[in-house]
Amino acid sequence: MKDKKYAHRLLLQNVSLSYGAMPVLQHLNLTVHSGEFVVIVGPSGCGKTTILNLLSGHIKPGLGVISREGVVRTVYQQDGLFPWLTVSENISMGLRSLKDAVQREKELQSLFDLIHLEDFKNHYPHELSGGMRQRAELARALAGDSDILLMDEPFSALDYQTRLRMRYELVRLLEKRPRTVVFVTHDIEEAAQLADRVLVLSKRPTTILQELQISAPKPRDLTDNEVINAMKEILERLGILKENIV
Amino acid sequence: MASFNAEETLASVKKKQAATYKGNRWRVFVLPVIVFFIIILIWYCLVHFNIFPSYAMPSPGAVVKSFREDIMSGNLLNDMVASLWRVAVGFILSAVLGIPVGLWLGQHITARQAFLPLLNFARFLSPLAWIPFAILWFHIGDKPAVFLIFMATFFPLALAVMSAVATIPAIYFRVAKDYNYKGFELITKVTFPAVLPQIITALRVSYGISWIVIVAAEMVGCQDGLGYGIWEARNGLRLDSAACYMIVIGLLGMGIDRFLLQFSKIPKVRWGYER
Repeated sequence: MKDKKYAHRLLLQNVSLSYGAMPVLQHLNLTVHSGEFVVIVGPSGCGKTTILNLLSGHIKPGLGVISREGVVRTVYQQDGLFPWLTVSENISMGLRSLKDAVQREKELQSLFDLIHLEDFKNHYPHELSGGMRQRAELARALAGDSDILLMDEPFSALDYQTRLRMRYELVRLLEKRPRTVVFVTHDIEEAAQLADRVLVLSKRPTTILQELQISAPKPRDLTDNEVINAMKEILERLGILKENIV
Repeated sequence: MASFNAEETLASVKKKQAATYKGNRWRVFVLPVIVFFIIILIWYCLVHFNIFPSYAMPSPGAVVKSFREDIMSGNLLNDMVASLWRVAVGFILSAVLGIPVGLWLGQHITARQAFLPLLNFARFLSPLAWIPFAILWFHIGDKPAVFLIFMATFFPLALAVMSAVATIPAIYFRVAKDYNYKGFELITKVTFPAVLPQIITALRVSYGISWIVIVAAEMVGCQDGLGYGIWEARNGLRLDSAACYMIVIGLLGMGIDRFLLQFSKIPKVRWGYER
């Protein structure tokens, strides 16, 4: 387990980016505090994934400053596990920085206890269901010395009920192993159930339309009042309510 | 936390696959045997009705007889060993050089741009076109045959590996970066296993090419080998012996391909064929 005391923050300062002549982001400011769960929602093509790519360092901003304090790992929508490695070998990737083999084995075991995939240790990813794969990928990202998780629509390739379950699973895992999380999704329910703070983005060029704090304790049920109110507010901001459309 | 009934679905899928397999198993053996006997029958008819002159159309019986002679004299075994050895050397040489070259070209776009036209040019050059050079450079024996096999398989193999590497999903490299795979380790732990299923397929294809080329190569540059055996038979108008060599070439080729096929069943590469 981690016991680093200093903050693992993410910082975007006045970041701008354009693809050719098309501005994608303009003067974006964002601070993600240590231990915070920030969800970014917005219409498709609004640059959600672009922000994640900037945070992970995969792309460089045209202008502005990005700072990362801590080890950053990304959880993808699907196919993030290496198909040539077993579940156990995949999760062990996250423990590569541990030098001591005994400790590594112990840590691996505790991760398996955490995600309840013991029986599938020696299976390959293609032999698992989508939900199991995402749980394994989560375990890998949580393993060892990670500080910050970037999640790129991690549940959107799953069927609806599995998705609902995975939200509770994620809350439970983060309770055991707290991390700073930036979670990108188009799923408003997901945002309302999981977020400490929701950022609603506009269409291109992307700006933050609204910041919404949700302070209700987690786990939250989909039918909790706070969740429903948050969803209503997000939908209003996105203009997807009947008075805007019908 | 429940595990979403995943065990159940997995088990039922496997059971279903097993059932289909069992039902089809007898056919896999019986149908080819039927086809085999039909071919023999047609062959008998061709001989019986003298469609071709008898010196140009050996009967099945004559071929069996010459089989016995060729085995007894030790020629057949000697020729088999000679051919297998040449194929093995040429094939391994081109794998040992072609796979790394393919990996390298796949990763470096500049190198790819520089060498791709040359590789494509060489790929379309029939290896038999190299025969005059092979003989003048390497004279008679194993060397020209090995050289021809190398020329025939190196280019398609390097190209297949190259395009496999170039099409590795970008996500694997992004994950690799998150988990600190760099340099040589990136190649051995990410790039190579990611293309291994395609490499195995490419090796099977190249082996097929080398087995075809060896027959032609031995007709001109060798004093033994299965190809030489056929050439000898032609010179002596012993088409029964030629047919017997042809059967051996086909069977050996099939057998070794079955052997190579086993590599696609290792757990580390199965994902590449089952997805």
